[in-house]
Amino acid sequence: MVRTALDYKGKLKPTWCPGCGDFGVLTALFNAFARLDLDPNNIAIVSGIGCSSRLPGFASTYGVHSLHGRALPIGQGVKLANPEVEVVVVGGDGDAFAIGGGHFPHAARRNIDLTYIVMNNRIYGLTKGQVAPTSDVNFRTVSSPYGNFEEPINPVAFAISVGATFAARGFSGKVDQLTDLIVAAITHRGFAFLEVISPCVTFNKVHTYKYFQEKVTPLPAEYQPDDRTKAIEMAQVMQDVIYTGIFYRQEKLTYHDWISKIMEGVRPVTPKELVLSQK
Amino acid sequence: MEKVDLVVRIGGESGEGIIVAGEILTLACARASFEVYTYRAYPAEVRGGHSMFQMRAANAPIFSAGDLVDILVALNQEAYDRHYSTLKKGGVLVYDPESVKPHDREDLILYPCPLKDLALNQVQAIQTKNIVTVGVLAELFSIPQDKLEEVIQERFGSKGSQILEKDLLALKVGMEYARQNIPKRENLKLGGTEGETRIVISGNAAIALGAVYAGCRFFAGYPITPATDILEILMKEMPRVGGVSIQVEDEISALAMAIGASFAGKKAMTATSGPGLSLMSELIGFASMAEIPVVIVDVQRGGPATGLPTKTEQSDLFHAVFGSHGDCPRVVIAPTNVEDCFYQTIKGFNLAERTQLPVIILSDQSLSHRYETISVPDFDSIKVEDRLIVSPEEVAQGYQRYRITENGLMPMGIPGKPGAYIARGLEHDGEGTPSYDPGIHQVMTEKRFRKLNLAQNDNDVTLRWGNQESEVGIISWGSTEGAVREATNQLKARGEEPDVLYIKLLSPLPRKQIEDFLKNKKKVIVPEVNYSGQLSHLLRAYFLFDPIPLNLAGGRPFAGYEILKKIEEVL
Repeated sequence: MVRTALDYKGKLKPTWCPGCGDFGVLTALFNAFARLDLDPNNIAIVSGIGCSSRLPGFASTYGVHSLHGRALPIGQGVKLANPEVEVVVVGGDGDAFAIGGGHFPHAARRNIDLTYIVMNNRIYGLTKGQVAPTSDVNFRTVSSPYGNFEEPINPVAFAISVGATFAARGFSGKVDQLTDLIVAAITHRGFAFLEVISPCVTFNKVHTYKYFQEKVTPLPAEYQPDDRTKAIEMAQVMQDVIYTGIFYRQEKLTYHDWISKIMEGVRPVTPKELVLSQK
Repeated sequence: MEKVDLVVRIGGESGEGIIVAGEILTLACARASFEVYTYRAYPAEVRGGHSMFQMRAANAPIFSAGDLVDILVALNQEAYDRHYSTLKKGGVLVYDPESVKPHDREDLILYPCPLKDLALNQVQAIQTKNIVTVGVLAELFSIPQDKLEEVIQERFGSKGSQILEKDLLALKVGMEYARQNIPKRENLKLGGTEGETRIVISGNAAIALGAVYAGCRFFAGYPITPATDILEILMKEMPRVGGVSIQVEDEISALAMAIGASFAGKKAMTATSGPGLSLMSELIGFASMAEIPVVIVDVQRGGPATGLPTKTEQSDLFHAVFGSHGDCPRVVIAPTNVEDCFYQTIKGFNLAERTQLPVIILSDQSLSHRYETISVPDFDSIKVEDRLIVSPEEVAQGYQRYRITENGLMPMGIPGKPGAYIARGLEHDGEGTPSYDPGIHQVMTEKRFRKLNLAQNDNDVTLRWGNQESEVGIISWGSTEGAVREATNQLKARGEEPDVLYIKLLSPLPRKQIEDFLKNKKKVIVPEVNYSGQLSHLLRAYFLFDPIPLNLAGGRPFAGYEILKKIEEVL
């Protein structure tokens, strides 16, 4: 049976504003699932809180719409407990880099085999337009009325620096490329991080589709995603050009590979034997 | 058989291996078929500060580590100064004359031993002073040498043959010195008897193994005193039973991972102490709202804030019962002794699976590191429950994960199998669709709370003993059991035994059992190791009577005589 994107579509209609970048992500995600012909009962989409974190509710797969900032540890728990399940963690930049920021480096360095898609709109949309950890310096919002004076986090550079074995950037205005990137992220063995530039059409009047469309450029054809330093350098280009594509990719033992090795090496024991061995 | 009941206390500088020495003595005594019961106190720092280990060994059941000691080993002056007043009349003081100057006391037997000198010059390893001390005690009190050697071999075998040889030599040096230089007394003797197989276990180990026995196959934790050894044991043993354990970045991640693992179909647990429980508060609400079974162990210590990391307290009851915002049903249970830690952990998993709610198990520091001899469990009689899982037929008929039912339960879908649904922290309708409709919120809250009824009706949620006719009662919870038993045993001998009720299920409180107990009571004493009288508050709120609180701000467990004194006041 060959599945189509419609097989992953849930009963609920997305609650996003018309034109929201997250629609592009949802479409690309369903396209990617279909291309990989994944069983919807074998997918768990885990999110936190925010506009983009509503995504699991619009799919027909398993999902956890959890707490603000906790998507990554919940997603890791799902994967560790049930490694056969395809785990896709989704959310916004606030979820990933503000309230949930403490979890990100550890998920990356553990190299647990899951995909983390962060929809970056550089603003807090659900709470109506406050400054975000990815907002530019001088960016004025209702909660930064004199302009933002904190340096923005660069998601891809951050992910690479803390040990992600796959780091990519896409744009929700380019669904075909985004589908390819999601397929690459899901098929990557290990922690795959994908930043999606996903404009907020309601509250961010600076970082609009138009703003990004003029800057977004695929990484040069000759670019090789195997050099960490180079990858971070390219990820940080933000002025006239913003690169999309796979910045970094590395083959490495996953957390589960380590666990499997340990399990092969230990002497199995029944719970009863374990109790009786205490003396 | 002659009655044996000895209390040994060792005090000295933290880092001198006092706890290790105490544990070796304890395990050897337990293997020689004695009932053992230990208590330890140590500073939070790895080295520096005062450290103390107490072991009581007897050939009859014991319920506390004992109030007064028969044998005091003082490794430095501070240990002597702090503890000499706890020595019984006629008790024995073992000390190193180089560092301890005892009072001139005729009511004590003084055994000076050059412990440091023996370790330094005869073993040629100063760090074996603790084992030399064990050797001296072994000779003086006839603790079987073969059992001691067995325990030392297990303990140090993995550290290389040189260290093991030094420690075995240290044991012999200590024994030999005592044999040659100390006149033997016939009182205070343990000796050895051969008996049935026993299990010697600490409260934390009992929790870890109870979890494994209950079917827990996922554990996530963050190191925190006094819960850390649950993490350590499960990091080691979980792969052997085919499960996964992980040390994570903080307690929030620990509970989040456990919830994720349970959503994915595995029985899952985390273990922490008060500070960690505070961090987990929001996620407790999430597990309750999304109806995901999960077990959270809180090995309580003195609070608030960082509080007294290495000292015991029962002050997290309010947080366990009420913590997390919103109307948030959860189950809270508390073991009363080390053996009960094993059974209540199994119970905790059963209730989590049965109610699809978070379950908090309240242990405490005094249980956590105490070794006790326990009977081999009757494995066939232990019931292990599993969650309801949705069948493909039910899915085909139109499955709603959160449909409102009479008892509040619906089977769970498990990723990888049919039954896909969204677990949600937002209020939702039967299908899991977000809903802010006040009517939906009303019925869904009722549904979630109804599941608590499923926890209330087991017979083992309380423990009652004593004279049911008595108009004086004691209601308590957790680790005060030992001290209360000591007190009521003495009163029983005098024909003045009160009625005692231990509440093991603290949320929801077992209404029927408590009401039955209160029927003929005029006075009810509620001892708890907390300042604010947390169980007293709950009892007053739910059962409309005025308990007589007996509170200790914490830092140490109750002694039997303190409970006895209070009962005598009330009688």
